[in-house]
Amino acid sequence: MSMITGAPLPAISEDTAGFWEGTAAGELRIQRCSNCSRLRFPPRPMCPYCNALDHTWDAMSGNGRVWSFVVAHPPLLPAFMQLAPYNVVVVELEEDPLIRLVGNLLESPEGAINEVDPATIRIGEPVRVVFQPAGEDVVLPRWVRT
Amino acid sequence: MTIKDRTAIVGIGQTAYAKGLEGSELSLACQAIKAALDDAGLTPADVDGMGSYAMEANIEADVARNLGTGDITWFSQVGFGGGAGCGVVGNAAMGVATGQCQVAVTWRARKRAARGSRPWAKTAERVRGLGEWSRPWGLVRPVDEIAMLTRRYMHEYGATRDHLANVAIASRKHANRNPLAQMYEKKMTREDYMNARWISEPLCLFDNCLETDGAVACVITSAERARDLKQPAALIHSFGQGINAQHQVMTNYHRDDPLMGPAWACAEVLWRNADVTPDDVDVAQIYDAFSPLIPLSLEGYGFCKRGEGGDFTNDGALEWPNGRLPNNTSGGGMSEAYVHGFNLIVEAVRQIRGTSTSQVDDVDVSFVTSGEGVPTSALLLTKS
Repeated sequence: MSMITGAPLPAISEDTAGFWEGTAAGELRIQRCSNCSRLRFPPRPMCPYCNALDHTWDAMSGNGRVWSFVVAHPPLLPAFMQLAPYNVVVVELEEDPLIRLVGNLLESPEGAINEVDPATIRIGEPVRVVFQPAGEDVVLPRWVRT
Repeated sequence: MTIKDRTAIVGIGQTAYAKGLEGSELSLACQAIKAALDDAGLTPADVDGMGSYAMEANIEADVARNLGTGDITWFSQVGFGGGAGCGVVGNAAMGVATGQCQVAVTWRARKRAARGSRPWAKTAERVRGLGEWSRPWGLVRPVDEIAMLTRRYMHEYGATRDHLANVAIASRKHANRNPLAQMYEKKMTREDYMNARWISEPLCLFDNCLETDGAVACVITSAERARDLKQPAALIHSFGQGINAQHQVMTNYHRDDPLMGPAWACAEVLWRNADVTPDDVDVAQIYDAFSPLIPLSLEGYGFCKRGEGGDFTNDGALEWPNGRLPNNTSGGGMSEAYVHGFNLIVEAVRQIRGTSTSQVDDVDVSFVTSGEGVPTSALLLTKS
């Protein structure tokens, strides 16, 4: 059971829709500048390297490494209380380690965010993306060990 | 042209700090400002400038109507929550120094002690902006956001929980000497710290600031006028604000080096416009919503090298009276009160006046910062 009832969901905007369309299609798509080709995340309208507006949403391999992590304990939002303690990770992507995403580390693609023993999580360990529906119109990327 | 030594903090005021304080936030704001004016020997009729936090609920016009000021000719709010405090004072100093006003009151009033007043507890069902990239995964509270950076900091530089305990214990010892501190009567040992419950690993309860109802105010005027007022002036020697390149507020995980926060940018202008260096600082008040912000700020402001902020805290370095840099001498946000860091500024003024309950001898340079991890600000106060 991966849906977390009542958890906050993204308010998808015109600047960020490309990312969420990707996750809904089972791809981790990161914004790439059409002018200078640099990746950027979180999504934003203007490339900070060359100020171009044109961009594409490129599918990544979905491989990365744990950059850091926390283990959250109460007090928490009601939606997360029954899951505590649970992990939240930041993952750096294989294609560009400066592209880092917040997520959770799972035991399995369908797993919950509180199943991995926090004592076993290591900075630098390799992970790959999985996709979990989180609401009617939202699919969240999360991570499993490779 | 800079504002160096052209203005001063001439009045400080506060309410009690407590959980469940009586009175509205507006009432608390007015009480603290009136106390600061009384302290300075000024009246509401002298006030023509007003500044506070963008997060402040009490708008300038309403506070002015309560105080009974005359015409206000300068007003300003500074954004980014706890990063604002020194910026509020510094912007008021610029208002005075440029002739836009003559006497400015600055304040922060907040009833933040009740559980229902926790900002993160009001997270919307749909999050936009930065929260879109963290909150859906359960990274919701400020403590989670800073814990993520802390874990990485420990990994890269070998900082430890003992270093964080050094920070928390120093603040608690100072609070135990300050009758106005919320933790005045509550001792804390290293064992207490190590046994405290987790909030967001690697941060425990005692790595967090307090939850406080209270208000704090400062009055700023010209250095010239300050000479005729009641209190010894705390000259605003230098002031800085900073947002470093590619900084992301709180969830600063996306720039090349996330362990360099806005303090680095703020420090550049703070020291550039000053006649002193970190070696000249006698006492510090470093914003401490969370304990790891102290080592990170020590590095950002140049008190030590990259990665040495943890070790800097060893051997009682942050403790009054013998530490190399007594820090948060009123108890700070972690043990005196958490009024969004504005209480740190009045303590920096007390250290110049010689009236702190943990008074450092012969203070010439008093350093105070606002929140690291968000767009930030800092002040260097000196004796006139």
